[in-house]
Amino acid sequence: MSEYQTHEHDVLVIGAGGAGLRAAIEASAAKVSVGLVCKSLLGKAHTVMAEGGIAAAMANVDDRDNWKVHFADTMRGGQYLNNWVMAELHAKEAPDRVKELEAWGALFDRTKDGRILQRNFGGHKYPRLAHVGDRTGLEMIRTLQDYGIHQGIEVYMEHTATTLLLDGGRVVGAFGYDRERGRFRVFKAKAIVLATGGIGRAFKITSNSWEYTGDGHALAYNAGADLMDMEFVQFHPTGMVWPPSVRGILVTEGVRGEGGRLLNNKGERFMFNDIPDLYKNQVAKDTEEGWRYVTGDKNANRPPELLTRDHVARCINREVKAGRGSPHGGVFLDIAWIKEKLPKAAEHIKKKLPSMYHQFKELANVDITQEAMEVGPTTHYVMGGVRVDGVTQMSTVPGLFAAGEVAAGLHGANRLGGNSLSDLVVFGKRAGEHAAAWAKSHGQGKVDAGQVESAAKWALAPFDRAGGENPYGVQHSLQDMMQDKVGIVRNDGDMAAAMDGLAVLRKRASAVGIDGNREYNPGWHTCLDLPNLLTVSEAVTRSALDRRESRGGHFREDFPDKSKEFSNHNTVVRKGPDGAMRLCRERIPEMRDDLKKVIEENK
Amino acid sequence: MAQATFRIWKGQGDSAGFKDFVTDATVGMVVLDAVHQIQAESDPTLACRWNCKAGKCGSCSAEINGNPRLMCMTRLDQLDLTVPVIIEPMKSFPHVRDLVTDVSWNFRVKKAIKPFKPRKPDAPDGTWRIQQQDVERVQEFRKCIECFLCQDVCHVLRDHHKHPEFAGPRHFVYTAALEMHPLDTENRLGQMKDAGGIGYCNITKCCTKVCPEHITITDNAIIPLKERVTDEYYDPITRFFKIFKTNQ
Repeated sequence: MSEYQTHEHDVLVIGAGGAGLRAAIEASAAKVSVGLVCKSLLGKAHTVMAEGGIAAAMANVDDRDNWKVHFADTMRGGQYLNNWVMAELHAKEAPDRVKELEAWGALFDRTKDGRILQRNFGGHKYPRLAHVGDRTGLEMIRTLQDYGIHQGIEVYMEHTATTLLLDGGRVVGAFGYDRERGRFRVFKAKAIVLATGGIGRAFKITSNSWEYTGDGHALAYNAGADLMDMEFVQFHPTGMVWPPSVRGILVTEGVRGEGGRLLNNKGERFMFNDIPDLYKNQVAKDTEEGWRYVTGDKNANRPPELLTRDHVARCINREVKAGRGSPHGGVFLDIAWIKEKLPKAAEHIKKKLPSMYHQFKELANVDITQEAMEVGPTTHYVMGGVRVDGVTQMSTVPGLFAAGEVAAGLHGANRLGGNSLSDLVVFGKRAGEHAAAWAKSHGQGKVDAGQVESAAKWALAPFDRAGGENPYGVQHSLQDMMQDKVGIVRNDGDMAAAMDGLAVLRKRASAVGIDGNREYNPGWHTCLDLPNLLTVSEAVTRSALDRRESRGGHFREDFPDKSKEFSNHNTVVRKGPDGAMRLCRERIPEMRDDLKKVIEENK
Repeated sequence: MAQATFRIWKGQGDSAGFKDFVTDATVGMVVLDAVHQIQAESDPTLACRWNCKAGKCGSCSAEINGNPRLMCMTRLDQLDLTVPVIIEPMKSFPHVRDLVTDVSWNFRVKKAIKPFKPRKPDAPDGTWRIQQQDVERVQEFRKCIECFLCQDVCHVLRDHHKHPEFAGPRHFVYTAALEMHPLDTENRLGQMKDAGGIGYCNITKCCTKVCPEHITITDNAIIPLKERVTDEYYDPITRFFKIFKTNQ
């Protein structure tokens, strides 16, 4: 083991997006030594892509807002499968986390009286999203990065963790490699925080970057942790659909928040045709009322475009399938129409949605101030993840914490837009705080040389199979299959076929080979990412097969309705003693009475 | 379907050189798509950085036909495909492999710049009151995605290799964002004059031209910073009053 460079920290954070950075900052503030490992350069994590804003009930724009309404909105959006402890903490703590970002240098858009401006978003009753145009994620990650680099955190850029090291069930470190030179590294740590984001690369059409290969999910699973709610994958309703090379790139919900309307090829505003029961008291009765809502009329209800993402994505899917779609298999998203309402609409759009304007202009030759965009659903986010304690964010493996997208609980069956950025900072902070406390009360564990050796041997195996199948081929086959069979509309037959397909893909993955050397070799990296993608794909498929109903992000055409039988448990998968994936249903703990009352009051 | 040739800088150290790859060019494709296709079809070891593929993360910087560009925002239909498309790594930083360079120097420079230091909160709840117009000026600088294309094109770094003495356009933008931040109370002008070497910039505006975020780097960030440095350190009248002050 001595041949590998070894780094020792009290707390090791894996992943440097919003949650990882916030966890590292908090742990460092608790005066423990912190290492931060990230696959890319610092500041490039997926948080950078977040556009619309960060949800926090600050009531700067509408004074009727408070944590209770935010809590009720989050639970309703998640179809009541959420971990209500997390939903409560999130709603209560998000405003402080946003104010803290401002104290660290973030510059949000302002209200007329100079406070942080908030905008409307799907599923949020009041304007609640603090934002910077449509580049809120960039502002957030840069703020955390620029603050974090002065907090004594040791950053390991372009490093990948492949295996967690265990000592008697407790996590004691991680094994990985640096991407630039391909050298192996051993990280000894008393506590580890996973903040690796999601699993979007398991699907073909996705808004996610190459990094989103479910690393943290798989690391935790292989260490014995529970994964929960994996059937709930969010398909964001509006991704670009044309040209083919940009298919899946996100079009912010902010477009709809600013008044954008969805139209089919007949020019119908089809979202008015299907309003779910849970929201029937909260939707505008006509276009006019919808416009009044987005322009701040407190007595108006939201336009149906601002219903939750799961619903909007399904409606778009239905229009396309019924032959009412746009030329390239999407529908039209039109913000240009607001020129009927606003004198300087083009300027307004460019100012409110600058990167959308830029993105469509440069990648699709579309001027969104003049013409409609073509959009369709894209894999965006996984609600499921590592099952954690709602207060401490510790997983079922002692010393292993998780925060942000890799953790499950806050969002239940469907996440509301804007609740992701707030999730990152609220639970990033909590994970960092509790990981540091854990590190203070536990010594450094013993790293087993055998575990390190077998991790190293496994990582080098693709070189022994030079001439084996190109790893990208396997990855593409997996993405095609998951998109096709476990995507936005699911059924028993397709998913059973996907289970068989996964077995075949596993065989292929174990035979992939790579030429060249270990220095910055993306093919090798892809070989090592494949098992993670396969693990999360299996977790998604198994969980989705078991949930024989439709709820939130999980829609089954063979069981198109919600079912009471499935209304009070979460689906959990873990590794069985024989190494095979086991599934069980875990009952949701009874909600506290005061919170039940909050939900009743906000119905 | 049309095919195109991509002449890509491949390899490490002395053995690195151009290698031609042929792949399909389809409608709407960007250069990064071509690189991905080549990875999947013919060379899985071809190294490049990328993340978002939407011009938001600033990872896939390269020189395309000699122009510093983001590969994800360079469409093939803007290039002449009758001749090979030349893709090279950035030249201002040490080469690692293929299209990847060692940009760590940038992170070290940034860390040395004095961090944000806000004034006391305006309201008892710990918050501030700022007008939108005061925010907008700085928001332009905060659009920076740290692609380092401005550093790459800057002749002070690229041709004169003044890396130890010159912070480069990216860090002038960063510093300008801090200096003009409506809440900030720190003074970084001494740093800019000495360690930052802002005097080396002779405002050729190359950085502004290549910025994929269209930040007016030279006019809005560098020139105002230069003026502030001049006012603070070289203005004869201010100097006179300073001497007078010291004597008192």
